[in-house]
Amino acid sequence: MAGPSPHVAPPTPIVLRHRWPVRLWHWLNAILLYVLFTSGLGIFNAHPRLYWGQYGANFDHAWLELERFGGWITLPGHYDLAMSRHWHLAAAPLFAFALLAYMLWALMKGHIARDLAFRREDLAPRHILRDILDHARLRFPTGEAALRYNVLQKASYIAVIFVALPLLILTGLTMSPGMNAAWPWLVDLFGGRQSARSIHFIMAFALATFFLVHIVMVLLAGPINELRSMITGRYRLPRERP
Amino acid sequence: MSLIFDRRTLLVGATATLAGCDRLARNEGVREALFSAENFHKWAQRSLMTRDAMAREFRPDQISPIFRSNGTANPNTPEYRALWRTGFADWRLKITGLVDRPLSLSLAQLRSLPHREQITRHDCVEGWSAIGKWRGVPLALILDAARMNSRARYILFHCADFMGDGRPYYESIDLIDAFHPQTVLAFALNDRPLTVANGAPLRLRVERHLGYKHAKYLMEIKAVDSLSGIGEGKGGYWEDRAGYDWYAGI
Repeated sequence: MAGPSPHVAPPTPIVLRHRWPVRLWHWLNAILLYVLFTSGLGIFNAHPRLYWGQYGANFDHAWLELERFGGWITLPGHYDLAMSRHWHLAAAPLFAFALLAYMLWALMKGHIARDLAFRREDLAPRHILRDILDHARLRFPTGEAALRYNVLQKASYIAVIFVALPLLILTGLTMSPGMNAAWPWLVDLFGGRQSARSIHFIMAFALATFFLVHIVMVLLAGPINELRSMITGRYRLPRERP
Repeated sequence: MSLIFDRRTLLVGATATLAGCDRLARNEGVREALFSAENFHKWAQRSLMTRDAMAREFRPDQISPIFRSNGTANPNTPEYRALWRTGFADWRLKITGLVDRPLSLSLAQLRSLPHREQITRHDCVEGWSAIGKWRGVPLALILDAARMNSRARYILFHCADFMGDGRPYYESIDLIDAFHPQTVLAFALNDRPLTVANGAPLRLRVERHLGYKHAKYLMEIKAVDSLSGIGEGKGGYWEDRAGYDWYAGI
């Protein structure tokens, strides 16, 4: 018996997909955003009401009023505003400076221009429509095409990196009365401290939604291959569809 | 896939990770690292702002309809009740510690001193904010009148109230905040004498800090060279009792 069995195709090549700064930043974010989200909910529990404008306390009109979040999702697991703040304020500067470092690296090394920026063909309506349909049918790209981000991926990564994360950091800074005195324009930009607090909360939940969709996509696209590429950088090209 | 991702597993995973964080936070080294973030924030903020950077002042039409109170709403001790009954006629603010000329000032004396009005936003550590118009005597004026000693590093504020557990409320600030132009001893809120709920007869306004620094029911102001040996040494009631940051500009 010579030659490979007709049922076993030769393995597809393994390529270096994610460089180390991307991998490091990704896992650092996984930890820090987890700490920031859960401790943030612990802080929110101290006054689970949200307002628009410059001020807002119990007698004022709240646009959102919630019960306290349960101990299973807050850090610490019982109500302790001081400890939640210590976790939050220790993680926040690490997170902010890591984003800054990533942005500078990505800009200098051409990662943004090469991998994230939309190309003309990405934005063709027919192309966008096909990408949406492919996602809806869970048809993931194969072969070399799997190495390029598709238009929905680009849009969500750009929205997270350049909108949600900076908004979270900047609105977070305006929670501080000291920063308000240092940079009064920043709190004006968001229309007041309580508006900034609302935006901070909305962005945190937008990011949590992104996180859940991101995990689902990794699971659907082949969790082992995807996880390996985010740990070692090495990624096996998905086989071309026959 | 459902095995990895069902809600129960997710909950158990989240709870286990968070419990791990809780255990971590009981480690003395981790605690110290977490608590030292306060120093970084203080350093970063003080580097970004000038000493006299002002907290935002608002227009009269931006004042909150109701200025809510928090913490103690009434000290309700026999001593305080006696002072309140006479309209605080017998109340005196003592200025002691590292000063060459200790003072004891009546409310009338404080009201006759040059004062400052400011419409500022009060930010509670819990997350709510209220805007109010304060009238009071700049703390700098009082400290200068008492001829503060050059060895003084902190200003302590002793209050008439005992929070639930019977420990007296106190707070402290450093000299940068003590001599800030917006740091005043306020006797009026929104053009009326301070109510009991908001700290009558006198409360500290230390703008650029969170609400718990703005000590109510002031009885004594003391210039000291160190915070150790006072309370549990962390500089304030909430700092001692609940581990709040001493630098509350964050």
